[in-house]
Amino acid sequence: MSQTTTDTEEMTVRETINQTLAEEMERDERVYIQGIDVAGRGGTSSVLKGLDDEFGTDRVLNTPISEVAMVGSGLGASATGMRPIVEVMYAGFLGVAGDQLLNQVSKMRYMFGGKLELPLTIRTKNHMGAQAAAQHSQALHHWLAGIPGLKVVCISTPEDAKGLMKAAVRSDDPVIVFEHGNNYTRSGEVPTEEYIFDIGEAAVERGGSDVTVVATQVQLWNALEAAEQLSEEGISVEVVNPRTISPLDTETIVESARKTGRCVVVDETPLSYGTQSHIAMEISQEAFFSLDFPVQRLGVDDVPIPFSPPLEEEVVPDTNDIVESVLSLT
Amino acid sequence: MSSKNRHQRDIDDTVRIDMLRTMLRIREFETEMRHKFADGEVPGFLHLYIGQEAVATGVCQALDEDDYLTSTHRGHGHCVARGLDTKKMAAELYGRETGYCNGKGGSMHIADVTAGMLGANGIVAGGIPIATGAALSAKMRGTDQVAVPFFGDGAPSQGAFHESFNFAGTRELPLVGIIENNQYGEMSGIEEQHPEATLDDMTLYGEPYEADRYQVDGMDVEAVYAAAAEAIENARGGGGPALIECLTYRFVGHHEGDSKFYRSDEEEAEWEARDPIDRYPEQLMDEGVLTEDEFAEIQADIEQEIEDAVEFARESPFPDPSAAYEGLYSNQSEQA
Repeated sequence: MSQTTTDTEEMTVRETINQTLAEEMERDERVYIQGIDVAGRGGTSSVLKGLDDEFGTDRVLNTPISEVAMVGSGLGASATGMRPIVEVMYAGFLGVAGDQLLNQVSKMRYMFGGKLELPLTIRTKNHMGAQAAAQHSQALHHWLAGIPGLKVVCISTPEDAKGLMKAAVRSDDPVIVFEHGNNYTRSGEVPTEEYIFDIGEAAVERGGSDVTVVATQVQLWNALEAAEQLSEEGISVEVVNPRTISPLDTETIVESARKTGRCVVVDETPLSYGTQSHIAMEISQEAFFSLDFPVQRLGVDDVPIPFSPPLEEEVVPDTNDIVESVLSLT
Repeated sequence: MSSKNRHQRDIDDTVRIDMLRTMLRIREFETEMRHKFADGEVPGFLHLYIGQEAVATGVCQALDEDDYLTSTHRGHGHCVARGLDTKKMAAELYGRETGYCNGKGGSMHIADVTAGMLGANGIVAGGIPIATGAALSAKMRGTDQVAVPFFGDGAPSQGAFHESFNFAGTRELPLVGIIENNQYGEMSGIEEQHPEATLDDMTLYGEPYEADRYQVDGMDVEAVYAAAAEAIENARGGGGPALIECLTYRFVGHHEGDSKFYRSDEEEAEWEARDPIDRYPEQLMDEGVLTEDEFAEIQADIEQEIEDAVEFARESPFPDPSAAYEGLYSNQSEQA
């Protein structure tokens, strides 16, 4: 972990996001939350539970089930003095707000000559492995990372949850924060002091010398588990967490690739045109002469996520897939 | 719809002269840009507002300085009526670095956030959610600002319209929507795009959202002003959203180059006979508010202003190609 402080507290991703948002709302009265059932239920994964009691329902504001209005009004509010945090329940529902994301949020600043600040945070969650079927089981950070004008981050660890969420809320540009539905109960040590990650900075989560695994969200935890297993076989795996998808910290990733010469990139976006494919290309281009093998990619096979457990398990990468992929390089 | 067609005509003479001046300025700006587009000086698309000047003029006259508006692809009139500088507008249409967006937006995307003008928008109804957010923001910040999205008769076909007015109605936001019903969505008549019940009254689209509803003659700048002033003051006082339908007509095609195959000469002539640019000065002279000499002087001033704007645009440099990489994010060092 990149933090050097010794004063930490063990927290889940869910608890960390909740506490972080409370801190930011406490710090700056312009910060507010809007979305579907953000008050009461605390948002679709109860991440926001209790914030309405603490800050009132004018600052934890329930909207109609209207993704266009939620995202678009968040944009308008951000252009006029507020710092909105919009919750979009599932990544798949970003599609409902498509025009606002593609043509408004991402283009407003640039198209108008760079003359306005748009401190807008859009929180949503990737989701996979919960038998939620195709519309509610998608990872789509690659989709928005393909739109210049949006900053895109993926929260993988509790430490990320604090450092990236603070960075997003304090950014004067739109930031899309991808949480993961199957990561909320993951726990880890979170520094108690205030810290803010730089958007665009990756982290080496585990040092190693034989193979680099670049992994996001649930796959990061799988990669750490795979690294532990492989260490028992004498294989030293370095695990890199990109944290930010756009702009990508190519330098940290490539530095690791140059050191190990062998890379696996694993992510839950579809294998074709997915984030892992982009990262693999960057490594291939920048570290070509240091590589012993072609960069390996693991991702969701190119089908919508099926409902039935054996079908879903078939198409989503797991720890064994990562172990096998690493072994294929050694 | 109690307030439909309620016109208050006790308008100051200075306001009336201001509105005449604004309408003339819009018409002159666009007429010049039309010529320069035909000459190949102005690149891209050009969607002109010619014929609809009374709408932007009457509405913007009723706004306070710190109110907000959003505009459309047909946005020059809203910009001029909001008081934007025709020099910087012309420069933007010419793609020059001195334009409002430093040449990154062009005709369809002029914005001046310092004037509360949150942008012209190339997506039908795209600006309505943004204006809704400005209205929400005003309410949260405890100001009495009002947000006014302009949009055409095509916008109620979009979900963005309904989502926004539903939200505004639920939260009683100070959102005053202006439907500029110019009878055509692109090149198809409204009767092909809306159910029959709405054709005579598009404010019906605001009814379920509890918007105050007004329908006015959009060729009559004073009728527009009166309705807008009432709706805006009501919204400012916490009365929630409103929807004003302005019946109007664009005398030109959807964009320059449109042959207008879809409408008849007779129909065009009927509407052109109601041209506010002709009628309003006559009315003001009849009523003794304006003399012929004063009118001639106003016309000469505006012609000179627009001529100067064109010269300014022509003489302004194009942006340096390196500027293509500027302005995407607030912190350039964070760019990849």
